[in-house]
Amino acid sequence: MLLGVLFALFLAVAPAAQATPAPSPSPNSAGSSSSPGSTSQFPNTISGFLRNAGQPLAGVKITAKGNGFEGSTTSASNGSWSISVPTEGSYQLTLDESTLPSGVKLAAGQENPRTVTFNQTTNVSTIFAFGAGITVHQTSFFSDLANRLVAGLSFGLLLALSSVGLSLIFGTTGLTNFAHGEMVTLGAVVVFSLSSAGAPFWLAIIGGLLSGAVFGYAQDALLWKPLRRRGTGLVPMMIVSIGLALAARYVILFFFGGETQQLPYSQTTDIDLGPVSVSPNNLVSLLISVVVIAILGFVLLKTRLGKATRAVADNPALAAASGIDVDRVIRLVWVMGGLLAALGGILWAYYRPGVTFNMGQQILLMIFAGVTLGGLGTVFGALVGSVVVGIFVELTTVFGLTSDLKYVGALVVMILVLLFRPQGILGRRERVG
Amino acid sequence: MDFGLIFNEAIGEMVSPTTAAYALAALGLAVHFGYSGLLNFGQAGFMAVGSYAFAMSTIHFGVPWWLGFLLAIACSVAFALILGIPTLRLRADYLAIVTIAAAEIIRYIVTTNSLTDVTGSANGLAGFRQDFLRLNPFPPGNYLGYSSPDFFYRVFGWGLVIVLGIVVWLLMRSPWGRVLKGIREDELAVRSLGKNVYAYKMQALVIGGIFGALAGLVFTLPRDVVQPANYGTELTFFLWTCLLLGGMSTVLGPVVGAMLFWIVLSLTQNVLFGLIQIGVLPWLNPSQAGQLRYILVGVALMLLMIFRPQGVFGNKKELAFS
Repeated sequence: MLLGVLFALFLAVAPAAQATPAPSPSPNSAGSSSSPGSTSQFPNTISGFLRNAGQPLAGVKITAKGNGFEGSTTSASNGSWSISVPTEGSYQLTLDESTLPSGVKLAAGQENPRTVTFNQTTNVSTIFAFGAGITVHQTSFFSDLANRLVAGLSFGLLLALSSVGLSLIFGTTGLTNFAHGEMVTLGAVVVFSLSSAGAPFWLAIIGGLLSGAVFGYAQDALLWKPLRRRGTGLVPMMIVSIGLALAARYVILFFFGGETQQLPYSQTTDIDLGPVSVSPNNLVSLLISVVVIAILGFVLLKTRLGKATRAVADNPALAAASGIDVDRVIRLVWVMGGLLAALGGILWAYYRPGVTFNMGQQILLMIFAGVTLGGLGTVFGALVGSVVVGIFVELTTVFGLTSDLKYVGALVVMILVLLFRPQGILGRRERVG
Repeated sequence: MDFGLIFNEAIGEMVSPTTAAYALAALGLAVHFGYSGLLNFGQAGFMAVGSYAFAMSTIHFGVPWWLGFLLAIACSVAFALILGIPTLRLRADYLAIVTIAAAEIIRYIVTTNSLTDVTGSANGLAGFRQDFLRLNPFPPGNYLGYSSPDFFYRVFGWGLVIVLGIVVWLLMRSPWGRVLKGIREDELAVRSLGKNVYAYKMQALVIGGIFGALAGLVFTLPRDVVQPANYGTELTFFLWTCLLLGGMSTVLGPVVGAMLFWIVLSLTQNVLFGLIQIGVLPWLNPSQAGQLRYILVGVALMLLMIFRPQGVFGNKKELAFS
């Protein structure tokens, strides 16, 4: 049923192809013709652009020497230059600094002369930077720390939203749901599809949230409840969830395609709040997460339904004996878990930024890390653990880890936590037995 | 549509080195899960550890092939110990989460740009099989339609599968194997007999991990290139599908499961391509046909687990879960 809805949706909306940035003019189009000595139209070219602060530099002489060949050229009026050379290989390239316009200098650290080498292509391009050159953006350690803290908090809270469902489902049914990541993806993908079909933004968001809730409902009604009835063990159910995750991920890929798409309003400029510079999206995401988590906490702690949920998570048999409709509570947990995961997915799409078919898979292990850190099966543990993981992930980049390794830190911490305190921060000892 | 060609290709896929690698890795999973009840979701990590250990030691230090093999095995043993020490005392699903996380850690580390000199980052490493190829006893020529090196890779891969399959079979008939099966059935009972359950589980984890590393070598040597993208979590899940397809606590199961897995993938791919070519499926493009196969894998994994958890060969009484 759900797949049918998705199918119709995607058939109506072929994802709009992203506009590629206009290519800059090819260096080959001009330049070499302006120099008589060098252009005997060899197949291989060395080329580049000379620009100083956006202004092209014309009439600068560049010489290439190597492999028994010497050729030179002067840059054209648009700053482009190219030298044809007979064979691939290494050439020494010299820029004649005396031909530079007055006041223009090569930037510090720019090699001149320099060696360029062909690497399985017939064209190499090289950039001479002028003026102050490429400056490393210097920020103070503390403002960097503050920025990362805010970003990490924002990431941690959206992680918390996504992980509440996983933790509650684990608590009430014992299932470690590997398909949770696909609920995260679904939220973002539906928002993108609806808004690119022309739906207003608020409607697209509602559609995304609903899709998560419906997916959660459908999963429980069509798959998990019948399996529970059959008395299927937890490990087989875990493997079933892996199958579901694979199938759902490729269904999404099938309709959505492999590209990265952007949600509306995803491009913003950072704003400064005191010492912290933060993107408005992160800030809004942070506020939304805080509000939703506060509501969730209130519902869980104060309402009858919330108490029933916690009772089932604690001990399903005892809860059933006290007159709680366990199946209804579990169904509710699935619906709420799906909805929150979809919300987390939408926020995740703004945080990364971008929507892809495997974005949920990427965040799934972070969700696991947060949930394990906090203590499997406890709601508030999942919240705390996720926030810790989110902040930790962002802070590792401040303390020297490269950003493509930032998720490794969280995973290592998760393994260490299991080593020393397997029940997590808020978990209880007997659960891990 | 040429069905002869399609079947030929499927048969070719069945005996390819990649299928041998899948069979070997799934055999390792059978030792882990089928015989000992350990949920290892990081077999792709073991394969990556094996392949990278071999590739890096060969490329950076120029070690001979046998030392590369030994290093691959040693690294996978170390990896298994690191994974096992924190988790084997805990409940089964903790091991699952830790192994999947550890496999991803390996993949992130070999992908990172800051280690490009060592690991080649996303492009990986290439050109490390020359010394291994000196072992090739077959003079150039045509062997059953394969060139000499291609034939050698198949003999090597499937030879390893046969040898290690016999090893597993003998191990599981031994007293050691009976203790393992006992742990799978009832850990407390085995413990009350005075057996060190933790040590037995660790040994099983190490042995299955070595199988994973060797599978990595069988997978990567014919390609002569090792790239992190090949070792994602999906590889592990495909291996699980192979294992469950064949039957998890049998020797033949994972091997036949891997063959079936690749036959079905090849058949569906080529039949779908054929149908697209003759215009029967105008709403499908070729890359979507590829994706459709993986939807099928996911659905098959679910259905297998629900309706026939013992797989093709398995015995329902010998399941790692009841």
